[in-house]
Amino acid sequence: MMEILIPVLTLASLGMIFGVGLAIAAKKLCVEQDPKISAVFSHLPGANCGACGMAGCMGFAEGLINGTCTVERCVVASEKIRTEISKILGVEAKAKIKTAAVLHCNGGNKVKDKFQYQGIKDCVAANQLQGGQKACVWGCLGFGSCAKVCPFSAITMSQETGLPVVDESKCTACGNCVKICPKHLFTLIDVKKPVYIACSSHDKGKAVMDVCKVGCIACLKCEKQCAPGLFKVKDNLSQIDYNSYVPCDDCIKVCPTSTIRKRGA
Amino acid sequence: MDASQLIMIFISMVFINNFILSKFLGLCSFIGVSKETGPAMSMGLAVTFVTTMSSIITWLIYRFVLIPFDITYMRTISFILVIATFVQLVEMFIRKTSPHLYKFFGIYLPLITVNCAVLGVAVLNSETFFSGSRIMPGSFIFSVVQGFFAGAGYCLAMLLMSGIRERLELVRVPRSFKDVPLAFVIASLMSLAFMGFSGFKF
Repeated sequence: MMEILIPVLTLASLGMIFGVGLAIAAKKLCVEQDPKISAVFSHLPGANCGACGMAGCMGFAEGLINGTCTVERCVVASEKIRTEISKILGVEAKAKIKTAAVLHCNGGNKVKDKFQYQGIKDCVAANQLQGGQKACVWGCLGFGSCAKVCPFSAITMSQETGLPVVDESKCTACGNCVKICPKHLFTLIDVKKPVYIACSSHDKGKAVMDVCKVGCIACLKCEKQCAPGLFKVKDNLSQIDYNSYVPCDDCIKVCPTSTIRKRGA
Repeated sequence: MDASQLIMIFISMVFINNFILSKFLGLCSFIGVSKETGPAMSMGLAVTFVTTMSSIITWLIYRFVLIPFDITYMRTISFILVIATFVQLVEMFIRKTSPHLYKFFGIYLPLITVNCAVLGVAVLNSETFFSGSRIMPGSFIFSVVQGFFAGAGYCLAMLLMSGIRERLELVRVPRSFKDVPLAFVIASLMSLAFMGFSGFKF
């Protein structure tokens, strides 16, 4: 009888002590959580894409309550969801500027290879070997790492040009392609301002012409032609100041290498 | 107790009797959390912390409850009880006192509650430093040190594995081998390498 009773009683009392101890601890050490956090979280997409810069949707919900970030940061949520979350937070929702990724390269198949690359078909891997096989060290390698990493299948590789093509309607500006591209060719640009520079080469004009007929040669024609301050040539590459953007088609016509391009054209 | 014994425990726990690669304990988390170095490191540190602390309390339970009542055969269930309670308590405590540490450990702390490596350390301690109901001198210190280095060995294996798997992400492998199957193959090769410390035993 005793050999059964002793272990049973010992374990039962151990369990009892631990149980009571935990119950007391739970009361004493309880951390109160704002009920708003779970309310906001339930409205978020739950994709945990990290585009807002926080650690997942739960982190974003906490950030919203603490006031460290704003609702507009969530690029995946629809307009309706954003207004509902704003209602919980008690703030007015601002209209979000829709941005989409653009590729700042025009080369692709038009640029020759400087050697034959036979390694892993991946831009990051290819870039580790002498900066890739393309004669232009600034340009697109064409292995489609951006297309692979896009969670919304907004990027497709074009067979014709050898360059990635961004479908604006599918792009949510999550920024995955911006991060993965070893040449840093993608930026997120307002869809209402469709003009962009399709080149990233900082080489001098002649060096660009030697390897690529469609790169920026820093001829300054765009700077002279268009509204002052809109175009600025810096380090042998034309750049657009999107803050002083005005719709204009002259710059596209005037560019001798057709490096200035319009989205979707 | 002298330094040579402690060094012996260190070499034994980290290399020769590595919990993952020689004793094959805690394989679930070894495969599950080793895809990136960051989480692998957090998991390793969390395990080290829990094995050290649970060595302390299981020693106390074994020495002052199980041996006096002569019910050492109940050690598995009582160790599980103690470790589970303890991890719960620590989680609550960390959450209250240090939100930063809580974020760092994240979900890994409650995950370890039922990790067999932790239970393995406790059982191993009670086997090596107690013979029946006799207590070895200095067994408390040895238990704690053994618990700590078991965790350190776990940490080492996790870091090695995550380093290898991060590099493998870039490589094209047959689709049927992607991720977990390949991880198993790597784990077995690493385990073979670690067998070199002790030699094959049949």
